[in-house]
Order: sequence, then structure tokens, then C-alpha cells
Amino acid sequence: MAIFSKEEAKKILEKALGFSKAETCEINLSASNSGNIRYARNTVSTAGYQSNQTLAVQSSYGNRVGVATIDEFDSASLEKVVRRSEELAKLSPENPEFLPPLSQQKYLESKTFYESTQNISPEYRAEVAAASIEPARAKDVTAAGFLNDSAGMSAMINSAGLFAYNQSTSLEFTVTMRTNDGTGSGWVTRDVNDVNLFDGAAASQIAIDKAIMSKEAKAIEPGKYTVILEPAASSQLLGNMLRSFDARTADEGRSFMSKKGGGTKLGEKIVDERVNFYSDPQNALAPSPPWAGDGQALKRVDWLKSGVVSNLAYSRYWAEKQGVEPNPFPSNGIMEGGDASLEDMIKNTKKGILITRLWYIRNVDPQTLLYTGLTRDGTFFIENGKIKFPIKNMRFNESPIIMLNNLETLGKQVRVDGNLIPYMKIREFTFTSLSDAI
Amino acid sequence: MLPTPSMGSIISPEELLNPGLAVGQKKILADVALNSARSMGASYADARIGRYLNQYVFTREDQVQNVVNTESFGIGIRVIANGTWGFASTNDVSTDGIKKATQQAVAIAKANAKIQREPVILAPVAAYGEVSWKTPILRNAMEVPVSEKAELLLEANAAAMANGANYVNTALFMVNEQKYFASTEGSYIDQDAHRIWPYMNVTVIDPDKGKFKSRQGLSAPMGMGYEYMDPDPNETIEGLGGVTLFRNRYDLVKDATEAAEQAKQMLSAKSVEPGKYDLVLDPNHLGLTIHESVGHPLELDRVLGYEANYAGTSFATLDKWKTKDFDYGSEIVNLVADKTQVGSLGAVGYDDEGVKTKEWDLVRNGKLVNYQAIRDQVHMIDQKESHGCCYSQSWNDVQFQRMPNVSLEAGKEKYGIKDMLRDVEKGIYIAGRGSYSIDQQRYNFQFGGTVFYEIKDGEIVGMLDDVAYQSNTQEFWNSCAKICDESDYRMFGTFFDGKGQPSQVSAVSHGSSTTRFNGVKVINTGRNI
Repeated sequence: MAIFSKEEAKKILEKALGFSKAETCEINLSASNSGNIRYARNTVSTAGYQSNQTLAVQSSYGNRVGVATIDEFDSASLEKVVRRSEELAKLSPENPEFLPPLSQQKYLESKTFYESTQNISPEYRAEVAAASIEPARAKDVTAAGFLNDSAGMSAMINSAGLFAYNQSTSLEFTVTMRTNDGTGSGWVTRDVNDVNLFDGAAASQIAIDKAIMSKEAKAIEPGKYTVILEPAASSQLLGNMLRSFDARTADEGRSFMSKKGGGTKLGEKIVDERVNFYSDPQNALAPSPPWAGDGQALKRVDWLKSGVVSNLAYSRYWAEKQGVEPNPFPSNGIMEGGDASLEDMIKNTKKGILITRLWYIRNVDPQTLLYTGLTRDGTFFIENGKIKFPIKNMRFNESPIIMLNNLETLGKQVRVDGNLIPYMKIREFTFTSLSDAI
Repeated sequence: MLPTPSMGSIISPEELLNPGLAVGQKKILADVALNSARSMGASYADARIGRYLNQYVFTREDQVQNVVNTESFGIGIRVIANGTWGFASTNDVSTDGIKKATQQAVAIAKANAKIQREPVILAPVAAYGEVSWKTPILRNAMEVPVSEKAELLLEANAAAMANGANYVNTALFMVNEQKYFASTEGSYIDQDAHRIWPYMNVTVIDPDKGKFKSRQGLSAPMGMGYEYMDPDPNETIEGLGGVTLFRNRYDLVKDATEAAEQAKQMLSAKSVEPGKYDLVLDPNHLGLTIHESVGHPLELDRVLGYEANYAGTSFATLDKWKTKDFDYGSEIVNLVADKTQVGSLGAVGYDDEGVKTKEWDLVRNGKLVNYQAIRDQVHMIDQKESHGCCYSQSWNDVQFQRMPNVSLEAGKEKYGIKDMLRDVEKGIYIAGRGSYSIDQQRYNFQFGGTVFYEIKDGEIVGMLDDVAYQSNTQEFWNSCAKICDESDYRMFGTFFDGKGQPSQVSAVSHGSSTTRFNGVKVINTGRNI
């Protein structure tokens, strides 16, 4: 199915908008093609290909809003979907939080699309799987992995004169390697916009090595330990923390960002002063689309600057109510790193734990952002600057806020799930029980 | 997380009542797929023509925030060619569209056959001919006017606010799966499944202390029609600590009123002293523990390693099962899988590969006796018959083994909730779901809850805060000391059991009566920041 160019998208959207008779109208167009391959037990299990295109029309009369969607774009279909959205709007209850569409915004340039990724073939996916399975089999290891790639576009137009367009490609790869005696497990994750930056065989080798290294792990007592978190281990905790930066729930008094006695923690230092966390659609290593779903422009925003909360996210409705500028949630997160390599960090650790991954992370207390979860697929004990032996997995109960207050060292950044996250050494990370899982 | 059907289109409420294609037309279209697949060299084929209708109504305080109606319609075709699965789907449900998708499915099967090391072996299944099944509902939720639903939610919101809530969100999720299945085995199965889920979250705030507490609703998502929303005192049970519990009917307004009261109490509840406690667990809480510590580890694809890269594997390995002597739980623990239970989310007449559904034992008298397996898996555990628990979230996704309803059988002797208190010196009563986390082989878990009450010397002495319990699956189920009788049996449920890559969701229920587990480790989750 076609990934519409900017000109093609604009033509379809303008034609649809031309049919509108509502007070306001906003139309979104998106199309994507994605392919995947899944393997387990050292053989391919499933493979698939999906193609989607959708046009969604939102019409409004006063505060009454209706949305209708369609996947055919001839004139008759476009007129039909616009009429349908208008009928639905007239039938809908009033939404007091509805805001009229935005006028034209200024968007930054962001390089999120690569033809190389768009052109991935089923043969390529099978080659990646084979290059992951074969070296595993040779080392008495069993591979289970998943590769998904997609190419897509999104565009929007509205009755206030706004037009926005973006194309993007992505590839995500994960593989779990388990030793055939069942005592070791390793894992790796990779994601890129440009397939030329992806090396599935090299990534798979890391997981194989970790599986073998983690064989016959020893149990240690749960408690507070210095940990070195690989970027894939901390990314979800940091993402969860960023979600608490919503101004409305903070103002309403029901968020970690709410302050005792009223107000919010905006402007307060909440973590170590070396923590700088921002979003930036133009970051070359982890670019994101330059506009949010409602057409607001995304730009570089500091969320934590020198450990201080420097911005909260305001929806258009809440910003208007509070008399401030809207500030949409970002599409990526970048935490500044340091110069230390992983080797340096291990070398400078007297006693600690190296963690590949934290898994099944769930919120325990929204008041303190306390989360629980477990280590998985490669957890190692460090003593006197060296990795000494693999250890059994453990459950943690920890808040990213406490974690970032206990920051010891910042290492180099790595891309994880479209974000840039550094290696981190953290003091007194809290483990509460042992797990037998491998 | 909200349920978003893949490729769902927004439609008007009246279109939810459109009956869709007639059964005869579906048979003709399904035969196009089956005949095409055969002529292209497939040794087996099935076609699923699906029409998935959803309606969601969202409110907060005194506002209706959104009403969403969606429809998703298309066909999924699965084939075996050269001993290998192939799958393709399309929303072009014309003869040409179906032929093209079938061709794609066969091509994928043949391409993957070259690197396939484990050819598919299917367990035999009966040819059922032309049959149908429908969820036994009293009132189709799609036929109830949106205004009636919105009024009920707003009435509940008002009740919560009048009783001291600062904020309240309520929502209704309603699902209707119209599924037509046909296979080269000779079955043509038309099914109409209905589900409903009333959601509520009430929040109270103490701005001076900078504290807030939320209390979720104690409803369960059910495989029922709108009749679930009609309160019935006979379906209401008095729990411990003044908590009202619901069985096959839900009183949203009453629950909202109590939620506000209980959320206020939570603000000043005593922080738990860590240590070992006897836990008295309400079914609306225990259901999630059953789901994670019994339902998932006994999925055969997890045991065999097919889910190793995502959800994980399982501690309940084949060697343990083969001993016939693996103590999953204490002697009173009987855990059954069931795809037929009336009112449950997982109930259907036939699964998504045309196998008539049934009930079977997973754990009997504490011993592990079976797994959950489908047609291409049962030969791996030397069984001849599929368990009938194959499911796909839509026509657009391939069907695979999914968890059936997994439930704990009620105790045999007469024993009510209040009787539970008698034998507890130091315990905690937990109702409602909370935080949940378990490792990738399902050994170590940690669960929170919605409300916690301290039990001292056989009596409830007050509310507790900051409670979570940690245990190991086998240790936990072996500490199971007492189960209330059938009169207390109720279901817990979830719309969002996730599994597979690309990930699919499935709806599943877990029944039990109030149950006691002795000497479980409780931690304090309070932190000062």
C-alpha cells in the first residue's frame, strides 16, 4: 500500500476539507506498512505483514464533537466520511473541554524516515533470524527473537489553516538467548530509524555471551546494593517518571508532582544536580516526529535541569485554564550522560551488581512513584572492580526519584526504544526478595 | 490502557445494531478461502470472518468526556502448506480480496517451510457442520441508549462527590464479537459473544498533608449483557470491614458511595508492620493472583519456549508434570480451566480453531495434572484432543493458545466469609486488585490490592495502608489453608491479558471464593520522599 508523499497527502486532505460544512473541521491521514518475523526454539514460528491506511475526520458545532474514519479515499468516500462526522457531532453530548483547531504552526525539521528501512524484504527478515539462530545453535544456546519494521506517514489539515506532514521508518529487534541446560539467559534490544545502523548478528552475539556468562548463578541476600544499570534496565523507570510531569494531575493534587500544602513541584530540585533530562525531536540519534497528534509543534524542552523540575506538560485545555502556554508531552526522552565507559564503571566498583534488564515493572505507589519489578537475562556480581559471578534474579522496590538522588556515576548514552539513556551507577538500590527464575 | 480494536472504524450508535452479513453469505465467502487454499496446495485451512463492535462511554465528575463506537470487519485466513503455518488477513471481504489473502497465506507458509524444523501436527477434531452459539444475555448493551448509560455513570459520580470524593472517573466498555469460523475439517460455526466492564476510580485528597488516595470500583468485567448493571440485593455480599461485594449484578452507585468513604479512611489508615500474616483474599483480588501464578505458567507454549522472548517461560516444566506428584498447592487446592462457564469472559461454544469448548483440571487435590494446549500442541504432551483454548483478538491477527478461564474450586464444607475471621490471629483481609508483578518463569510475585483491613484475634480492627505481599508460587499455593463454600463464589476478570509478538490481548475470568493463605510475607511499601 502507498505511503503518501507530502503532495499526495495534501491533495487528499484538501479535497476532504472542501466537503466540510461544520463550524470547525480537523482531518488526520495516516498510512503504514509493517512486516515482522518471530522465532523460538531455534526455528521460525510466525511471520506477518500488515498494511493500514486511515483518514479520520473530526467535525464540531460549538462544544459538540464527532469523529468518523474511513480507509477509502475517492471523492464519494471522502464526502461520506465528512458528512458522517458532522452527523455524529450533532448527536454528541457537549464536551466542555473541547478547543477549536490550531492555526498554522511552525515545525522543526526532523529526520525520521529512511528509504533503506522502507525497502526491507521478507528475505532480509529471514536472514536476520538465521544470523541469530545459527551462532546460538553452535554454542548450545536456544534463540527466541522478534524483528518488526515499519514505514509510515501521518498528516493533518484543519479549517483554521494548519497543515502538517511527517514520514517515519523504524526497526525494533529483541532476542532472548537461553542455554540448553536451562541455567543461563541473555537478552538484547535494538531500535533504529535507519536499517543500515542495525547489526542483528552482533546484537545476537551479545545475548549469547550473556546467556553463557549467566549460567549457574549464585544467590545473594536481597538488600540495598550499588547497581550499574544498563540503559535498557532504567529506560522504563525513567519513562514512568516522565509521565508524572502532567500539570493537570499535579495541580489537582493527585500526582507525585503535587506539593504538600498545594501547588506543584515545578522549580523544585527533586533529584541529583547532575541529572539533565530533556526531549528534542531533532536529536540525530533518537529523532521523533516534530508535531504532536493535535498539531502542536514539538521542540526541545528541558524537563529536569540540574535536578530541578523545569517544565510540566500542559494540554491545550489545561494551559488555557491556568493561563500558561501549552506544552505537549514529548515523543522522546534524552538523559544526558557522562564520559565513563561500562568498563570504567565496573573497575571503580568495590561491591555492586551489573543489571542487563528490569522487567514486569508495575507502579506500587503513585504518591512516591514507587515501582516493583525484577532483574532478568543477565545479572552479575561485581567485587573489587571485576565481574565475579552471575547472580540469581531479584525483585526490586524502588522509585526513580530515590534512584536519581542516589546517582553515583553517569556513563555513555545508548538509544533504547527511541530514547537516549546513559549507563548509570546508583547507590542503595533496594532489592526485597530472590527469584528462582532464569 | 484502553482497548483499541485493530483497524476499528468509528461508527454511529445505531450502526451497532446492524446485524452484519447473513450466515449464508459468510459461508459462501469462507468457502472461497477454503477452496482457494486447497487448490493452492494447502493441506489445511481455516477462515475467520469477524465483526467486532465496541462502545465506550467515559465520564469524570459531572461531565461526559467521550462516547466512542467502533466497528472492525474483515477475514483472517490460516493455512498449513508443506507442514508450516501461514496467515494473512484483509478487510477486503470480496471474492477477489479473499483469494489474494489466501494466496499470501499459502506463500508465507511455503517460504517459511524452508527453515521449518518442527512440522505442524494437528490433533483431530470433529466436523460439527453448521452450528451456532451466543452468550446468554438478557439485555444487549448495544441496544441500551447512550443517554441511559451516561446518566448511570453521572449518578455514580455524583454519589461519590456527595460522599467526599475530590475526583471521580467512570467508564463503561462494551464489546460484541461476531465471529464466523469455517475450516477444511467440515465445521461452519457462527458465534455472538458479549462482554461488559464498568470501570470506576475515586480519588480523595488531603492537600495539607500532600496525600492522595484512590479506590477503584469492585466490579468485575463479565461475559454478560447490560443486565449486569441492574442492582440486585440477592447478588450482593457483605464482605469484611463493611466492604460490599458483588456477584452477577453490580450496583455502581452503591460502590461509588462506599468508594468515597473508604478512600477517605485510607488517608489516615495505619501503615502496615512488615512480617508474616495470614491473608484472607477476596475473589475480586485473588483472581489476579490466580491469573499470574496459575493461568500463565500452565500455558503449554510458555512451558515449551515459544514465548521465551516476551512473556517468558515457566517453572511448571514437563518433567515436574510427568512425575504426577508435583505439589502445586495444598490438598484442598483444585484449579480448573473452563471455556464454558456462564457469565465468564472466556466463555464461547467453540474456540477460534473450531474445537468445542470444555472444562478440564489443571491442579487436582494439589497435584499438577494438566496444561492448556491447542490442536498443534497436544501431541507434545501425548494427548489426543485439543483443550479448545485457541483465540485471536481480531480477524486481523493469527489465533494461538490463550488462557481459558482458570478458577479455584469452592470449598466443599459450609463455610462463609465471616467464618474465616475465627481462625485468624494475625492477618490481613484484601479486596480488589492492585499492583501486580511476577517473574518470567512465574516463581516470585508481589501483589498489592484495593483495600486492606487488619485482622487481630479473629476480628477486623481497622484499615491498613502500604501493604504488598511477596511469595513464591508453589510456596503460596501450598500455604492455602481454607476456602469458603460455593455461596461465596464470584468471578474476577480482565479485558487485557497480553501475550504474543505482535502482542494480542484477550479477556479472561477467574472464579474463586474467599480464601485464606497462612504465613505470607508482607512488606511495607511506604516511602518518604
